[in-house]
Amino acid sequence: MKTDDLISLLAAGVAPVDRRAPAKRFSIAVLAGLLGAILLMVTLKGVRPDLGEVMATPIFWAKIAFPLCLMIGALGMVMRLARPGATSGPGKILIVAAVTAVWVGAVYVLMATAPDNRVAIILGNTWRVCALNIALLSIPGFVAVFWALRGLAPTNLTLSGACGGLLAGSMATIAYSFHCPEMQVTFWAVWYLLGMLVPTILGALLGRRWLRW
Amino acid sequence: MERTTDNDALRSRELHLQSLFLSGLDGDERAYRTFLSELSGHLRGFLRSRLQQRPGEIEDLLQEVLLAVHNARQTYQADQPLTAWVFAIARYKLIDFFRGRSRHDVFNDSLDDAAELFAEPHLEPAQASRDLGKLLEQLPERQRLPIVRVKLEGLSVTEAAQTTGLSESAVKIGIHRGLKALALRVRGTP
Repeated sequence: MKTDDLISLLAAGVAPVDRRAPAKRFSIAVLAGLLGAILLMVTLKGVRPDLGEVMATPIFWAKIAFPLCLMIGALGMVMRLARPGATSGPGKILIVAAVTAVWVGAVYVLMATAPDNRVAIILGNTWRVCALNIALLSIPGFVAVFWALRGLAPTNLTLSGACGGLLAGSMATIAYSFHCPEMQVTFWAVWYLLGMLVPTILGALLGRRWLRW
Repeated sequence: MERTTDNDALRSRELHLQSLFLSGLDGDERAYRTFLSELSGHLRGFLRSRLQQRPGEIEDLLQEVLLAVHNARQTYQADQPLTAWVFAIARYKLIDFFRGRSRHDVFNDSLDDAAELFAEPHLEPAQASRDLGKLLEQLPERQRLPIVRVKLEGLSVTEAAQTTGLSESAVKIGIHRGLKALALRVRGTP
């Protein structure tokens, strides 16, 4: 086929394009990821019994705010990265700021704690399962975000995959916060972050292969 | 001769191609056809300067980039320079091409100058070594028939639905998925 024939083929009967299609794809992916993670959390882990009480405390909302900031940052980045020629944008500032804030808070709490208790407030009671649970809850979001990306045109596959993974991981962490009994910033600074890093790294590795177009 | 890399000329070319492309996105077939043919001239010139050691593959890669531009067209935002968008796609396909053939030796000059893309059109098509028509024939019926009826025979979606027995939305989806499948088959096929 000659190039002119290909041009005729592509142009023939060309349909109007929905300019909001990329935004719609990501809306569906975020909705599916959040609902999937909440559903998995409720059926496999269960909502923490004292949720009503802790929801009245500011520390609970601080715990949600951390993954929420990462989610907003990662969503902003991945939506830009899905378009050829766009930079990753300001999302990374929010991500770095949120992680820094949690780490500064964790260091502050550690300094204020007696040396004998420091390890205890980092490990909490659930450090063995936390990262694994978050990674598990991120599976629906991971699939949904990769579906959204595959319909678009990312050109930096590793970074797009990593941001997609972080988006899935942060949605999973939001859902997990409603189950997780840990209320220490030192715990989130390590184990929540580690849990979100699992899908992030997986996304970076799989992006090169799965996002090619 | 006046330098064609002159900024004003590039700027007006950008605006001209962008308005054609935006009309194309709204479903204006004639504007879209003009856009693709003018773009292919620019892309050919651009690829020619990048593939000096493999002139036989310029036309193949050009067709690959045109398919990619078409399949990715929903990701274009009107406030973004068209040059940057097309260049990112061409660059991505060029890197993919080099990687697939592990020809890092050809990949020595800078790929970062987007301004060059619309500099000098090259209108003389070469012979493509790969036959897209043959690849099209290999697509599954549900994708091939809608493309043949609408894109090659010029039927409307409604007419194509009647002759193929598919629903109208199946025809549209078939075209969309078929062109994506074609792009995947084109990739790495010599």
